[in-house]
Amino acid sequence: MEIYGTKLNSRLFLGTAQYPSPKVLCAAIAASSSEVITVSLRRETSEGTGTGFWQMLQETGARILPNTAGCHTVQEAVTTAQMAREIFDTDWIKLEVIGHADSLQPDVFGLVEAARILSEDGFKVFPYTTEDLIVGERLLQAGCDVLMPWGAPIGSGQGLRNPDGLQAMRAHFPDTPLIVDAGIGRPSDATQAMELGMDAVLLNTAVAKAGDPVKMASAMAQAVTAGQMGYQADPMPRRDMAVPSTPVLGLAEFA
Amino acid sequence: MITIAGAGLAGLATAYELLQRGAKVRIFEQGPGPGKASVARFAGGMLAPWCEYESAEEEVVTLGSRAFEWWAKITPVHRRGTLVMAPARDRAELTRFAKRTHGYRAVSAEEIAALEPGLEGRFTQGLFFAGEAHLDPRRALSDLSRVVTDLGAEIVYNTPAPNRVDLNCTGIKAAVPGLRPVRGEMAILHCPEVEISRTLRLLHPRMPLYLVPRGDGHFMIGGTMIESASTRAPSLRSLSELMSAAFALHPGFGEAEVVELGAGLRPAFADNLPQLVEQEGVLHLNGLYRHGFLLAPAMAQRAARYLLPEIALEEAL
Repeated sequence: MEIYGTKLNSRLFLGTAQYPSPKVLCAAIAASSSEVITVSLRRETSEGTGTGFWQMLQETGARILPNTAGCHTVQEAVTTAQMAREIFDTDWIKLEVIGHADSLQPDVFGLVEAARILSEDGFKVFPYTTEDLIVGERLLQAGCDVLMPWGAPIGSGQGLRNPDGLQAMRAHFPDTPLIVDAGIGRPSDATQAMELGMDAVLLNTAVAKAGDPVKMASAMAQAVTAGQMGYQADPMPRRDMAVPSTPVLGLAEFA
Repeated sequence: MITIAGAGLAGLATAYELLQRGAKVRIFEQGPGPGKASVARFAGGMLAPWCEYESAEEEVVTLGSRAFEWWAKITPVHRRGTLVMAPARDRAELTRFAKRTHGYRAVSAEEIAALEPGLEGRFTQGLFFAGEAHLDPRRALSDLSRVVTDLGAEIVYNTPAPNRVDLNCTGIKAAVPGLRPVRGEMAILHCPEVEISRTLRLLHPRMPLYLVPRGDGHFMIGGTMIESASTRAPSLRSLSELMSAAFALHPGFGEAEVVELGAGLRPAFADNLPQLVEQEGVLHLNGLYRHGFLLAPAMAQRAARYLLPEIALEEAL
């Protein structure tokens, strides 16, 4: 998979918040084989973390995708993105413009506007959006090369709320990398996303808040691979009747 | 004579253990008084190994089990347990918390009301950790410094330590590889209208809160966990989350007087567990993270065993 000119082998992106400790986090990153990890920024971050957390993350070797988590306005998101570029020395930004504090649903109007401003400023924007096709088109027009539709609200672990919507997105944007972001709770959710033809999955809480985050990271990696292989292998169609896998014709009759 | 840099939690606790073993101790402290410059001032003062085990390693329980008796010899320890609750719509958080630890019993609305009459009718279920306790961190620091002074330790205030000491306990100021700051913010409320006698934890996916009674109508609420070295005052975002969680716990806190706001940097290693590290001939006790009062006694005992020469180095570590 290639995103913004960068080749990636792993199709699992991992968030870095809410782990029991940085040691567990680093072990989870290793177990997930993720090549991209997301990092959320707050204003305090710009005042430095000494030799601390960011250095540990950078030492994992994974590429850092800073995000604008918790930003509610275009201006806030743009400022946070600029801060992130300075701190992490990257033009990649996962763009979140939150519309509602309770559901953390994206404000797609602010999102498109912020994506335009940041793209013009040279950022490579990964927008956290809904499965709405027209919003997706506007984001591409604004300069994004990738779309990150939600599976379900952030941190909810509900799995894919609207698989049909994601499938429609795949059909509508056949050549745009689509990464399901948010809502994944279980490995089977990640597999389902990949079976729908998504290019990758981004998740955080499902691993961080699991009883054994490292084992769950490994499970997610395998689930993503299984789903992707399943999609590539082109599954058989569903049928509404049983079809015996061994022929019945010619069986011996014992009358 | 054993010299220590830092009269905070780790320095004073180790001094106590050394004095118990007959050593002479001198502590250098940059601040003007016991614990005045210590991040432990902003701690909750919870002795809550089983609640902490929800998101920590086993050592928090094994090392922390000695803390109750240790502190009871020095300062008042309130062994009233911890009550963990969640708002109705976040009850899944309670289930998750319960699955990740032990040492509790599930309690009903009636049992919650019996434990804390002030919370009657507010929560339908909770977890009660009967074996846990709390203390007042500032009182504990000043009591501990008085005890070690009475035992013969010399504490030199307003004085930076010389380059060469036997034990460095200067927290985040120490240059120890792998040590990182984890910023925490807290507030102290005065609200005599609300009567709560034990530590409460309110689980919420975005704003978990703990509230520790300090007596005399005072309560400490905390604590955020931010990977940052910022020492500025608490942010509005953090405070509004803490305050609204306190309000969700009991609307009576709406009338509370906000007596104090504070922020500090917890020193932590990558596994969030404390360590004894020898560096250039100086022993460091550091990385107490958010488990200072719980783990300082056991770590101080280890440090004392290490510093007194008749004990083998390997055994102490």
